[in-house]
Amino acid sequence: MTSSQALEKPAAATPPASRRRAGGSLWPFVLPALIVVASVIVFPWAFTIWMSLNEWQIGGGSSFVGLANFGRLLTDLRFHDALWHTLYFTALAVILPVVLGLFSAIVFHQNFKARGFLRALFVMPMMATPVAIALVWAMMFHPQLGVLNYLLSLVGIPPQLWVFHPATVIPSLVLVETWQWTPLVMLIVLGGLAAIPTEPYESALIDGASGWQMFWHITLPLVLPFVMVAAIIRSIDAIKSFDIIYAITQGGPGTASETINLYLYSVAFAYYDIGYGSAIAVVFFLMVIGLAVLLLWLKKRVQWTEVGIGA
Amino acid sequence: MRTKRLLNRIGLWFAVLMIVSPAVLFFVWMLSLSLKYEIDNAAYPPILIPENFAWANYAAVLESNRFGTYFLNSVLVTGSATLLGLLVGVPAGYGMARMKATKSAVVVLIARMTPGLSYLIPLFLLFQWLGLMGTLLPQIIIHLVITVPIIIWIMIGYFETTPLELEEAAVIDGASRWQVFRHVALPIAKPGITVAFILAVIFSWNNFVFGIVLAGRETRTLPVAVYNMISFEQLSWGPLAAGALLVTLPVLLLTVLAQRQIVAGLTAGAVKGG
Repeated sequence: MTSSQALEKPAAATPPASRRRAGGSLWPFVLPALIVVASVIVFPWAFTIWMSLNEWQIGGGSSFVGLANFGRLLTDLRFHDALWHTLYFTALAVILPVVLGLFSAIVFHQNFKARGFLRALFVMPMMATPVAIALVWAMMFHPQLGVLNYLLSLVGIPPQLWVFHPATVIPSLVLVETWQWTPLVMLIVLGGLAAIPTEPYESALIDGASGWQMFWHITLPLVLPFVMVAAIIRSIDAIKSFDIIYAITQGGPGTASETINLYLYSVAFAYYDIGYGSAIAVVFFLMVIGLAVLLLWLKKRVQWTEVGIGA
Repeated sequence: MRTKRLLNRIGLWFAVLMIVSPAVLFFVWMLSLSLKYEIDNAAYPPILIPENFAWANYAAVLESNRFGTYFLNSVLVTGSATLLGLLVGVPAGYGMARMKATKSAVVVLIARMTPGLSYLIPLFLLFQWLGLMGTLLPQIIIHLVITVPIIIWIMIGYFETTPLELEEAAVIDGASRWQVFRHVALPIAKPGITVAFILAVIFSWNNFVFGIVLAGRETRTLPVAVYNMISFEQLSWGPLAAGALLVTLPVLLLTVLAQRQIVAGLTAGAVKGG
């Protein structure tokens, strides 16, 4: 019922020539979404590229400057720092959740009581509102009143400054990110584990293989493609991470935890330097795509090697 | 042999405990913070369960800070963006699945990869130019960036697995494409629509970055409002934790109640908004 208003107009406009099969054209079904995608997704991409070629200040005018904004990136030391912070943060925020997520998936693949309920509890961090969570983590990181330093004192570790010291701020933020996103890795790998056939295990048992041998030689190779998918998704999300960092440190102390995404925000919406901000956005977008392509290529190689071993 | 099995069992439960406790302890601590007076929150060693519960923290949040307005804003933005998303996304998922044009879903994938901020700069300028700032419309429109890709992605996957025989039979009986969709495909796809709806609602509700740029004083959604509590109105932990808990409570309830659909949706598409 509800979809009818949205569909009637485009249906009348579509020529009957696009009929593919009996029952009428499918284009009217896709057209409204196409219009939405074009206006809120494709148009912003194109417009961002155009703005990146201009000197463009909010409130001021704009003038075409070619690639000057991109040239500025080469000598912008704050951008270089942000690039380094982003790589450091992303590497840690991929590796830790992937390792812990793989372990959790193996545990959740076993049969035990109340598994569904416990899985729901485990998944809660990734569904909860990031800003709300970040505020509570900020309280837990507090050097004097925070509960984390108290927990450390119980096991005899001296108090830390967590997000208040340049050397520990990024690992501390990674701790939050890991806590939040390990469940996503777990769910993806768990799906992979469920798809593994039982025959290899049966024959391995007959051959007298130990549990560890079965994990290393059967489970791990078969589940590796799923681990790679999880790692790809995690990389794309980690490199773009914003809410947690912004709400806990705003890139501080100083600029010690300022990633490219946070710097981009400052340039565009604190300094209102739209042209330069757009250039950063373009470079950042290319980095994300580049990372995705690289990881997809790695995944293909991983699968290919497996076929090689299997054959 | 029996002791070995017992040991394995203990080992497994120990592992489960290790994995689940960080999540559980965090939310327990969040609840504890929100129910303590300032003195208890500043105590060392920390107190988990206080002698006197500070229900006043919740009362303070609910009464002041225009919590009602911000709650309504969140409901309107998430509700509108999700319903509009379903309106265009469900038929699109059907069309793309039946056209076997699933490769075009790559656009959806790239949309997922794009940093949210890069949508924000051009759309911010556009909304300013159109004079829409100060209303909820900019946020509703930009939240479509979150909801539409999730919904299309999940619905393509869903319609691809639903059987074609019924639809073909309806076509032979002279049904139009629209009638087939409305009376055959749509009823079968209800579980898929539920999954898409739940995930779209959660990721739209949680969004923060669009709000901090596009929301004015009157048009803040809850995540932005609770963030502003630290900068302006509240520095005491009790009310702040109470506010944070209230903002995320609807999502947490939904997660526990609909965990099966959420797990199905996330493993199928592994899509996240923003």
